[in-house]
Amino acid sequence: MITLDELRSLFHNGIIKQNTGLVQLLGMCPLLAISNNVVNALSLGIATALVMAASSGAVSSIRNFVPNEIRIPVFILIIAALVTVIDLAMNAFVQPLHKVLGIFIPLIVTNCIVLARADAFAAKNHPLHSAIDGLAMGLGLTMVLVVLGSIRELVGTGTLLSGVDLALGESAKGFVLHVLPNYRGFLLAILPPGAFLGLGLLIAANNWNKARVAQRARMAVPVAA
Amino acid sequence: MTPQTQIALKNALRTGTILFVFALVGTAILAFTHNRTEPTITRGQLAEKRALLSQVLPATLYDNDLLASQQSVPPDDLLGTRQSSALWLARRGGTFSGVVLEAIAPDGYSGDIDLLIGIDANGTVTGVRVTAHHETPGLGDYIDRAKSPWIDQFSGKSLTNPEAKRWKVAKDGGAFDARAGATITPRAVVKAVKSALDYFARHRAAFAAPPAAKEKNA
Repeated sequence: MITLDELRSLFHNGIIKQNTGLVQLLGMCPLLAISNNVVNALSLGIATALVMAASSGAVSSIRNFVPNEIRIPVFILIIAALVTVIDLAMNAFVQPLHKVLGIFIPLIVTNCIVLARADAFAAKNHPLHSAIDGLAMGLGLTMVLVVLGSIRELVGTGTLLSGVDLALGESAKGFVLHVLPNYRGFLLAILPPGAFLGLGLLIAANNWNKARVAQRARMAVPVAA
Repeated sequence: MTPQTQIALKNALRTGTILFVFALVGTAILAFTHNRTEPTITRGQLAEKRALLSQVLPATLYDNDLLASQQSVPPDDLLGTRQSSALWLARRGGTFSGVVLEAIAPDGYSGDIDLLIGIDANGTVTGVRVTAHHETPGLGDYIDRAKSPWIDQFSGKSLTNPEAKRWKVAKDGGAFDARAGATITPRAVVKAVKSALDYFARHRAAFAAPPAAKEKNA
């Protein structure tokens, strides 16, 4: 089984230390394209996290039967099957949202982060650890997506959670937050440049924070000694 | 056959079989999911279509199954179509009461704007909806009913109300408002709705023909 320490280190690794969006910079295309509002970002993030948890778990449980030379095709097969299942399920049960996310759900297959984790982690580790690693990586990506989505939606249109009715039905329309009433909108934030600028700022903030922590750690050493 | 090639062959066969088994299991899972979700997906798509049609043509106007009345019409300049498009004929008590046309405004700011236009038997617009467009988000996308009620102003209009020369946006001296900063988009929509009304005027007699003659291939 898994110890609490291992669990903590897996989540720390996925969400902070090796965050796919801010540190590894993998899977940028969906991250940039679908972060124009919070609801889209959160939905794609959750779908990706589910795929990653399931695919890492599945890859890890069959790792001992798959000869090394065909492992990549087999991994891709597993990932593609899982993504198609999620795509069909979303089309059946949350059709309006499925329409908005469109091609980006099937494209989770080609998101290199999914295969990267399958090959780099799941192929060498226990299924439970692998599934949790996939989930943690997915959650790390989801967090970046949501933060970027919030920034772009807030700056772009002055609202948060617009379009939540697509995911939860008409009754959820009241959840939309008009944070800045009578806001005229700032188009750039919603268009593609907003995605690049926003992500750039997030990466910079993350690096600045890391540098500051490292600096503090260096300063602390002589005192401790 | 040397022992080495024999081993290589055995290995290739083994890997091939494993790959095949995985492909088989994957296909089985997909077939199962497809089977399970297909009815729900089809039902959802039909419901969505029905809801969209009822937005442009009030349900009180007809008592036939609008979806079943779908017909395909050849491309027409007045509809802006380059491929055959669909239309739905509404009837109440067997008499023609309206039509829903698929039309395209080809001259939007970023290409085609797909429209669904409901017209009643008198040639009055009952509703217009944009079904697909590539207009700039936050600028030209107010033609989308989800973004603003702008498109509602077409309801109740006909070829004589306003008169032909006022079927333009206000900026060009017409009867339809358009927001400052994005006039190309509404201009295209106004023009497309007007042409669709012209198309209706030209084909009204055919639409009103008795259903038996019209729906034999439906």
